Amino acid sequence: MEDYGRNIVEITTDQLVIVASEERDKNHRLSQACASYVNDKYELLYTFSDGYEMTTYKLFVGLDEEVPSISRIFFPAFTYENEMKELFGVKIMGIVTDYNNKFYRIAKETPFLKKGDK
Amino acid sequence: MSKKTIIPFGPQHPVLPEPIHLDLVLEDETVVDAIPSIGFIHRGLESLVEKKDFNEMVYVAERVCGICSFMHGMGYCEAVEHLMEVEIPDRAKYLRTVWCEFSRLHSHLLWLGLLADGFGFEALFNEAWRIREKVLDMVELTTGGRLISSVNRVGGVLKDITPDMQKAMLDAVDKIEKELKPVANTFLNDYTVKSRLCGSGILSKEDAIALGACGPMMRASGIEVDMRKTGYAAYDNIDFDVITSNDCDGYARCQVRIGELFQSINIVRQAFAKMPEGEELSVKPKGNPNGEYLMRVEQPRGEAFYYVEGSGKKILDRFRVRTPTFANLAPLVHTLKGAPFADIPLLVLTIDPCISCTER
Repeated sequence: MEDYGRNIVEITTDQLVIVASEERDKNHRLSQACASYVNDKYELLYTFSDGYEMTTYKLFVGLDEEVPSISRIFFPAFTYENEMKELFGVKIMGIVTDYNNKFYRIAKETPFLKKGDK
Repeated sequence: MSKKTIIPFGPQHPVLPEPIHLDLVLEDETVVDAIPSIGFIHRGLESLVEKKDFNEMVYVAERVCGICSFMHGMGYCEAVEHLMEVEIPDRAKYLRTVWCEFSRLHSHLLWLGLLADGFGFEALFNEAWRIREKVLDMVELTTGGRLISSVNRVGGVLKDITPDMQKAMLDAVDKIEKELKPVANTFLNDYTVKSRLCGSGILSKEDAIALGACGPMMRASGIEVDMRKTGYAAYDNIDFDVITSNDCDGYARCQVRIGELFQSINIVRQAFAKMPEGEELSVKPKGNPNGEYLMRVEQPRGEAFYYVEGSGKKILDRFRVRTPTFANLAPLVHTLKGAPFADIPLLVLTIDPCISCTER
């Protein structure tokens, strides 16, 4: 079987919704989405799969850059996006079910973003 | 229109071994919406990657959750091994496969016990957990730990299974299989069980894809996907079929997990029969991880993702885990809508929630 673990494509923020729409048209599944904080920016990963085939899209966004939600295209994205927003402080705009920092019941705001970085 | 009422469910609830909270919006006795919230046991383990050597991170990864401990450790190791292009010894691959299937056995038996407890069938709960003890005894015998085994390392495994241990494990799976048959028969054919599970929590095949379900939750909706088929550990040399059901309800999820219990026993036997002799259990990786890799493994609850990224240093730049329960939250919310309030505890159980994994 092909090694899909390395199938990681870098995209820009503008391309995110287009790419997600294309994946939806192919009836692919949203397998995961996650964020990491890298010094002065966020690294976001979105993985789509069809059975065992898998493509991961990676994008870098600035700390104050707005990222469009893909939850209108893939409904389950709302859990991942709320997580990105609450743990890292990623500015995700237009989440279908936005918990407004109530998805994670944690005392600290954006714990994965180091104090003073934003 | 009936008046809407909001009822809090959890974080402490008799059917929940770990804390998750749901705000259930009810019209009379019917749930019209469910709003989950998590974070009660959030530990931020992934952040430790910034402080730990990539070899030490194995012990952090396997502490993401007690039930899925072995596979978390293995998933992390496999991700780093792919990144560093390390080919582990064949015997280590088979040993990982055996321990993986023992993990699946104890996880599914734990779930069956909790399900039986959920609908008040205490004798069945006792039987499921009594059998599970035999599985844990074998894990303890071979690894030294009942839940946290600490036998994985980047490049292979740390412990071998001796011929005596192998015999004990094979005898144990024979006994487990024999004792499991009447328990499985009760779960699948008893009137009480069927009346609580059949037709409840329907998740159609289309919804399972659209909502990103995974694991037994997805396979019970007729989707034939099992990450073991991608061939990690020694699964590419093991003959097994993906167990599915087309019923799409709570009973189908129970059916799939029971089928996987017997399948795990079969895989353990195959793995021991095919396991090559050898002293070498691991290889020492050369250099430090450089690049990125996304690994998938089939945990008892579904596919888990491990993303690692390194830049040639001893400490990885990034480590991210996506656990199956997190993926099954959206399908859970979907199945709760329209369900009678009395069915909620069982429907929550049918996704086999693992909150430690989810919160990591």
